[in-house]
Amino acid sequence: MPSKPKLPNPLNIKTSKLPKPPLPPALKRTPKPVETGDDVTLGQAAAGGGTSVVAWIDERTAGSGFLRGFMFRKVPKGTNWWYTLGSATMFAFVSQAVTGIFLAMFYDPNPTQAYESMRHVNNEVFLGEFVHGMHKWGATVMTVLLFVHMARTFVFGAYKYPRELNWVVGVILLMMTMVMGFTGYLLPFDQRSFWATVVGVNLNGTGPIVGPYLADFLRGGSEFGATTLSRFYAVHMMLVPGIIGALIGAHLYLVAKLGTSAPPWMKPKDVAGDEKQI
Amino acid sequence: MPSETDKKKSKYTADRGWPGAFEGETLTRRGFMTGVAMGAGGVASAMFGLPALGFALGPIFSKTEHRALLDVGSTDDFDGETYVPVVITTTAGIGQAGKTLLYIRENSKPTKKQPWPYVAISTRCAHLGCPVRYIEAARSFICPCHGGTYDFEGGVTGGPPVRPLDRFTTVVKNGRVYVGERFSVNSQLERVSTRDAGEHVDGLWQILYPPRPTT
Repeated sequence: MPSKPKLPNPLNIKTSKLPKPPLPPALKRTPKPVETGDDVTLGQAAAGGGTSVVAWIDERTAGSGFLRGFMFRKVPKGTNWWYTLGSATMFAFVSQAVTGIFLAMFYDPNPTQAYESMRHVNNEVFLGEFVHGMHKWGATVMTVLLFVHMARTFVFGAYKYPRELNWVVGVILLMMTMVMGFTGYLLPFDQRSFWATVVGVNLNGTGPIVGPYLADFLRGGSEFGATTLSRFYAVHMMLVPGIIGALIGAHLYLVAKLGTSAPPWMKPKDVAGDEKQI
Repeated sequence: MPSETDKKKSKYTADRGWPGAFEGETLTRRGFMTGVAMGAGGVASAMFGLPALGFALGPIFSKTEHRALLDVGSTDDFDGETYVPVVITTTAGIGQAGKTLLYIRENSKPTKKQPWPYVAISTRCAHLGCPVRYIEAARSFICPCHGGTYDFEGGVTGGPPVRPLDRFTTVVKNGRVYVGERFSVNSQLERVSTRDAGEHVDGLWQILYPPRPTT
């Protein structure tokens, strides 16, 4: 009997089937069977409703397998609070998205109306100043968290093989966050916004060869004009948030697919079982 | 009798033993349909993608509209000794953001390079575009942002600016002073095409900062 050809396995990863991810005890219990038939009371029908709905959706999406792998995946020993910074950054982005949508309901991206509309939000709208403040300070929080997350990844060596691509995606997310900060800074349209944007656009203009064209592209012309503000507004609330959302999806997919790395102080002998070589 | 290698190299699908091959065909149906589907997708994407790209990039190549001459005052309002601040509207319809401040004085000694009857200095700093202010006691223009300083003619005397302050053309009609287009000047105060703040117009540096295609 010919033996199976041996595939190269440089990392010596166990190719046998991995055990199913651990589930919390509450999810391990088998749900009670749904009562059916003519003599089912209203109470029994209501009690089985949740199970029926979940089963109906799961039968049509097979989502439970995906969720089990995504939510209850194994993490290496030594995982600690530093590993929550990515989630924290994503939460800051979600907070920015929600507060941004509510600000957009009141904001008018017209050079003669923008400042007045934000004055209205801050002084007259119920909780307007608070939501505006959350968006303004949340931008800083998101940027700071992003940098701390990046520092954690760097110091822990979590960018190394096979996670290099996730580092690249993360750097693009960093750049997109910078674009959000730059374009959002103009929108209140006060003196600080206006002159900071003048300086920022001219900074882009100092780039060799492409700089002058980049500055014209950002302003939508050779001077700060009628469409500059709406251009920044469209980039800030439609183009870049969409890109960030898609990239966060790719970032999370790679995290779930590749798993997280153990902290650098964990020795292979401290890490049990299948994670030993990963 | 053709060899096996010849058969593999043949342009006819039948010779190469492809599934779905026809006698005398060089392309299978699957290959043809794949090409059609890719081509149709490409055409459909280009149909919205190219106009959208052009729409976004168009302003780079659009010609700067020539603004009408702006009346900034009587010839009696200005002299050759000091600058008088004047606010003009460079972009209409956008309120305060479309206004800019100029400093104007009489050009007591017009030269071939500077034939304008009045000197109208732009307050846009040649470093990064902050508004400069004329300080009479120092007979200098000072930028509040990064400390750029300019002499009475607008030439750089200190700080990070890369060229003198921009100027505007001026004309006199019926005893009134009118301001025209913005233009940039090099370190010799010679007129060059209008540039953004921060762009060099002297020496080898200017190669890195091409002028707009349309101005």
